[in-house]
This record gives sequence, C-alpha cells and structure tokens, in this order.
Amino acid sequence: MEAAVSYVKDGGDLRDTELRLGLPGTEAPEKPAAPSTRGSKRALQEDGDMESRAKSRPLAVDCGEAPAAKTQIVGWPPIRSYRRNSFPPRKVEAEAEAEAAGLYVKVSMDGAPYLRKIDLKVYKGYKELREAIDNMFKCFTQGEVSRKEGCSSGSESAITYEDKDGDLMLVGDVPWEMFISSCRRLRIMKGCEVRCLRTRQYS
Amino acid sequence: MREERSDMSEDEDGGGGVEQKERWGPSHGGGGGGCGSAKSRGGVWTDPPPPFSDQVLENVLENVLQFLVCRRDRNAASLVCRSWYRAEAQTRGELFIGNCYAVSPRRATDRFRRVRSVVLKGKPRFADFSLVPLGWGAHFSPWASAMATAYPWLERICLKRMSIADYDLSLLAFSFPFFKDLTLICCDGFGTLGLAVIAEKCRHLRVLDLIEAYLEEEEEDEVVDWVSKFPQTTTSLETLGFDCVVSTVNFEALEALVARSPALRQLRVNHHVTVDQLFRLMVRAPQLTHLGTGSFGHPAALALQGDVMEHDADLVSAFAASKSIVSLSGFRDVASQYLPAIYPVCANLTTLNCSFAEITADELKPVIHHCHNLQKFWVLDTVRDEGLQAVAATCKDLRELRVFPLNATEDSEGFVSDVGLAAISQGCRRLRSILYFCQQMTNKAVITMSKNCQELVVFRLCIMGRHLPDHLTKEPMDEGFGAIVMNCKKLTRLAVSGLLTDKAFGYIGKYGKSIRTLSVAFAGDSDVGLRYVLEGCPKLQKLEIRDSPFGDPALLSGIHQYYNMRFLWMNSCKLSIRGCNDVAQRLPRLIVEVIRDRPEADDETVEKLYMYRSLAGPRNDAPPFVMIL
Repeated sequence: MEAAVSYVKDGGDLRDTELRLGLPGTEAPEKPAAPSTRGSKRALQEDGDMESRAKSRPLAVDCGEAPAAKTQIVGWPPIRSYRRNSFPPRKVEAEAEAEAAGLYVKVSMDGAPYLRKIDLKVYKGYKELREAIDNMFKCFTQGEVSRKEGCSSGSESAITYEDKDGDLMLVGDVPWEMFISSCRRLRIMKGCEVRCLRTRQYS
Repeated sequence: MREERSDMSEDEDGGGGVEQKERWGPSHGGGGGGCGSAKSRGGVWTDPPPPFSDQVLENVLENVLQFLVCRRDRNAASLVCRSWYRAEAQTRGELFIGNCYAVSPRRATDRFRRVRSVVLKGKPRFADFSLVPLGWGAHFSPWASAMATAYPWLERICLKRMSIADYDLSLLAFSFPFFKDLTLICCDGFGTLGLAVIAEKCRHLRVLDLIEAYLEEEEEDEVVDWVSKFPQTTTSLETLGFDCVVSTVNFEALEALVARSPALRQLRVNHHVTVDQLFRLMVRAPQLTHLGTGSFGHPAALALQGDVMEHDADLVSAFAASKSIVSLSGFRDVASQYLPAIYPVCANLTTLNCSFAEITADELKPVIHHCHNLQKFWVLDTVRDEGLQAVAATCKDLRELRVFPLNATEDSEGFVSDVGLAAISQGCRRLRSILYFCQQMTNKAVITMSKNCQELVVFRLCIMGRHLPDHLTKEPMDEGFGAIVMNCKKLTRLAVSGLLTDKAFGYIGKYGKSIRTLSVAFAGDSDVGLRYVLEGCPKLQKLEIRDSPFGDPALLSGIHQYYNMRFLWMNSCKLSIRGCNDVAQRLPRLIVEVIRDRPEADDETVEKLYMYRSLAGPRNDAPPFVMIL
C-alpha cells in the first residue's frame, strides 16, 4: 500500500528510531554515517545508512531535563557512528523486542524522504500523538508545495493508519486503547488523497 | 590499532604548544611572520650581512637541525633569531597542522619549503558524534592544490577528520611521483574511485591505511575494483588497512596482491573477508605483524551448510606459522568456535582489538589467559566485570584499555561497573590510557585507580546515564575525578561524566596542571566551574564541552587563554551572541564560529560554538549555517 520508499530497515535498531524532540532536519543535513555494516546485501546496508542518517540529524539537544525517559540525545553516549552501526540487532531478536518493549509503528508522510518510527505506548491519547507527529514532520510541511495537479490546498493533511486487517483507516474514530492494539503503521496523507479518503468515509 | 606515532591522539607524544610558531600574544597585532627577536637585531634589515660567515653558519645550522625531529623543539629553535628561523624552515621535514584553518596552505608552504611529510587535522572531535553538520568544512582540496605545486617530493600524508574528494586523491597520485604513505583517519568524502587512482598511480606506495573512514555510499555498479589496480609487479606495500571499507573487495585480486607484496607487514581486511579467505591470505603472508581478521566467521548461509568445521585445523596451523604477529583486530562477526585458533600467537600479542566481537567472559578467558604481553586491549563490555578481572589477572603489562558498550544508550543494561575498573587498577599498574563506558560507577573505584595507576596519561570515563551519581553513596563523582587529577601527575587528557558539581572543576583547575585535552558533558552547576578550568589549567589546548550550564561570563574568563589553545567547542550551554561577540572583538586572531544548523528559538542563543586561533583570518569556505563573528 505504501508508495513511498521505506528507508527504515525492518526490525532495525529500534532504540535509535524513537521519537525525538525538535525538528528532524533542516537545510543542513547530517553526514550520513557510512558504517561497516555486517552482511553484504546492498539493500540492507543502504537501509542501515539511511537509518543512521535519520538518527544523526541535528536535533534539539536536551539540556538534562528529558521529559520522556526514552528520548535519545544526539551524540550521547559518545560513540562514533562507525561503531554504533556495527551492531544491528538480528531481525528475529528485534521483532521479539518490539513485542515486549513497546508498540513501534512506522510513520510515513507523503513526500517526505524518510520514515520515522514511534512507540505508541508512550502517548496517552490522540492529542499527544498528533502533536508528536506534527513536531516530527514539521520541517516537511513548511513551505511545502503540492505536487499533485488539481489540488488546491497543499497543506491539508490527515493522519491515517493501517489496521491489522490491512485496511487504511482515519485516525481518531475508535477509542485510544483499541487504536493502539490494532494499529500497524501510520501514514500522513496530503492533498487530494485526503479529500478522497474523506469522501470515501462518508459516502 | 595504530602505532603511537600515527595514532594522532597527541596524548603521548611531545607535541603540544604551538604548531606554527608565530607570536600569539593579544598585544601583538601582527602575530605572524617574524621571530620576536627581529627587533634586537635592528641592523640586520638595512646593512648587507657579511656573506661568507653567515652563509657558513646557516649551512652548519641546517646540518645540525636536521636531527631535530620533535616539532616543539623545532618551534623553539625557530625563535632564536632570523637565521635560525630560516635554517629551521629549510630543514623541517614533517609539517604538522593541528587545525587546517589555523593557517592558510599558501602560508605554510611558503615558509616550509622542503617538506616530505604532512599531518593535517580538520573537524573538531565532536564531529564524530554527529554534532557538526554535514558540509561544515575541513576540505582537503586547497591543501592538496598548494602542496601539489610546493612539495613535488612529498612522500607521506596523514589526514584526520578531513573531507577528501576522489579528485583530491587523484591530484595526489599525479602530483607526487615519490608518494609512499597515505593514512586517512575518520575522513570522508571519497570512495573506491579515489582508492583506485592511488593504487594505480602511486608506484612506490608503502602504506595505504584507512582508519574509520566514511566512504561515500556507492551503488553496486559504482564500486570500483581498486584492489586490482595495484601494479602487477612486486609491490612495496608494507601496510594495507581497509577494514572500514563497506564494499566488498575482489578477493582473488587481494590474494594475488598479498602474494606479490613481500614487504607486507600490516594487513587489515574488512568484514566481507570470511575466515577461510583469511586463511588463504595468511598462508600467503606468514611474515605479517599486524592482522585485521575481517569477519572471522562465515556468512550465515554457509554456516548452515555445516561444511565450515574442516577449516579449524587449517586456521590454527596458519596462526602457528605466523610467528611475527603482535597485533590482532577485526573479529567483526566472530564465530566463537574459531577463537581458539589464535592461541598460538597470544603470547606474542601486544595489541588485541576484539571490540566488535560480542564475546562473553567465558569466551574471553581462555584467550586472555595466554596474553601475558598484552599492552593494548580494546574490548566490548559483553565480557563483563568478570572478563575484566581475567584481564587484570594476566595482563600485567597493559598500557591501554578501552571498554566499549554493546548498547550505546543511556538506559541499557550495564555489563561493566566499578568492580571491573577496580580490578583493572589492581592488576594493571602500568596502565597509561583508559577509556571506559559503564552504567554505574563509584568514587571509591576511581580513587583506587588514581592511586594504583600512577602512569595514567589519559583517563576517560563515560558513565552513560547523564548526571548519575556514585551508585552506592549517591554522591556526585567529584571526589573520584578529583583524585585522578590530584594523584596522576602525568595526566594530559581527561574526559569526565556522571553527576559533577563545580567542585570537580575546582579540583581540575587546582591539580590539572598538565592537562591538554578536556572533555566535559552534562556537568557543572555554574559559570564558576568553567572559570576554574580556564584559569587553572595553563597547558590546556583542546576543550570540548556539551550540555553544561556555562554562560557568557565563563566564556569571557578565558580571554587570556584562548590564543594558547588550539580550540574551544561548546554546544548546548548557556552562551549568547553577545558574549561570543565580546570575545571575537577582543581577540582579533581568534575565529569565533557560531553554528546554526536548526532554527533557534531566538536569535540570541548560541547553540554551537567553535573557536580557534588562526593566522588565516575568517575562512572563505564557511557554509550558510556557520556565522563567523
């Protein structure tokens, strides 16, 4: 269902793809660490590189007061990316970890070059989730121009999710608990598709 | 793992002090050009000097100065008088530039005319931790161009944290017919194409050493088979290190290269080289002294087929035949069944780097038990305190220990602790350098180390959770670090962590008289902390601080010191534009860079500051997110 290319490795290093404070990136992107990753598969390696690019963005550095215990600080502990990226957890273990530790789901935004991952358990409700997502993808919505023809509004967007049946649903309809138990991934839709979805919902 | 000289950490060499010996005092508006005593020889500028005797003197001087190797000594000699300045400039063979922006390439090449070896450093160290945005600078190109014309006899280049393009490597290859050594540490920007040109064109190449370089990402069809490009005749290769290269190399070509390189002593292969491929290489090169073992395992697919077991005996015999091996590294994907194969060389090992191998204490013990002569040991914390105790029991001559974390996050389970540190300090009394990552620590263990290990030159302790106190007493870690600076009289490099108050900085300022490099993170209470350091540590060269509550007053308290330092880095502290401007105005030869890689909440805050002395003035290659005050 997803048109955007997935840049985050499946079952990748979950610890490093958590929600961050601040903007994910601006006009000065971080140097992507090109690690000496294990395995020779180019795809895997590229994903790993992109992942590290995503995680090494210049983010807001927290001066000691981390509101959520899981917030990662850029460049701390001080390990070179070369070393950091040399220990990707094995796929099976990572999935087990996901089961146990948190509800990590991918978040994509139409037109954004990379995806994010968030832990749904961290949020208490829809409002927090929306705020967090807005924050995460803020840099991509600034000055965004709608590329699709015939769309009069480029800034209209809706958060949708894919549930365990594989259907694309609009976020906000069901109670929060039910939502986090059935949500598999999130997608922020923009422009025309949003209108289509809305009409589909109500027709 | 590098020899001391090319380690470039400067913690153990005689360097320090000013690289380019120009006057730095703030009262000298023109710090460049002359030695201070030009004034005392007032007549020399107008009267023609007696030609014969001065000429003889300079010739004699040149012959003598050739023996002076240490750059600090050379800097001192160049200050004696104009004649000595000239003679020294003519005889300096190795040019060391600690900050590529401190002097312009032209100025350096104008002064030193007969350089054979260049060492050049670029980005600040915090660039390793993603704190310096891409495109910040440290481009090798202008230096490459300047040297290409000025130093046709150049033999050796060593670069650290520089951005190098394939084109630059190409320029090197074509400009220096006698080129022998290329060492690149933590550099980026180039790829296999650049390597190919070097391999092909540098016919006298002895050393090609890539250490934690970040090669450009290349598609399958972009990767160049650089190993095949070496001359087909016998080569003069002595060192080939490519363990950081992510792409596969042509193994057949590599094997053939090793076979026709009789001088090869150091070989570090990347993780794509499997253990049976390694065996074949070892058979070709039994004279190796330094071996980087690559994966030291097999790709998962092969292992499942079960036909890998037969290589065990071969591997052991290969190690047994390699009587010269003193250094082992690699083990990127180690299958623990292969570890025992290295037993034959353990007794001779002075360096063992298994810091990419997730081995347990039980797997380590039988190996370390044989390593009586080990001096340098890099390991992952998966060996736990128990593994470190085994190290302490056997490696009595250990000089350098680095314990890296498997999970480099704040809330991961800690595998090593104060117990391991204390054990090491008990067993390894000759320890000079330690880097230790842990999740919990006590003052007591650190104090014990300060008393047992009097030879400590480098002490870097990283308690990964921010602001963590002594886990038993719950007190700040002030006393522990205080003891280190107090008792370890030879200490030149210190990195602190854990919960620290201004008191800790008071100790550093009071006792840290030899400290040259200091790294601070998430520490201190107020401006006073930084003040203590800037006012108390006369030898301070490199100061890097992050996320600590130091503001403008603290910054200003170091005005007297900044010309004596190579750089100051501060991020996420309490600095403002006003304070930074103040410094910039008072110290015209100091380059004050404010890095703005994300939109600030307000224009006043300075999120990232990088300041360094320079003869070259503000650089002209600064990207838009760098503001030079």
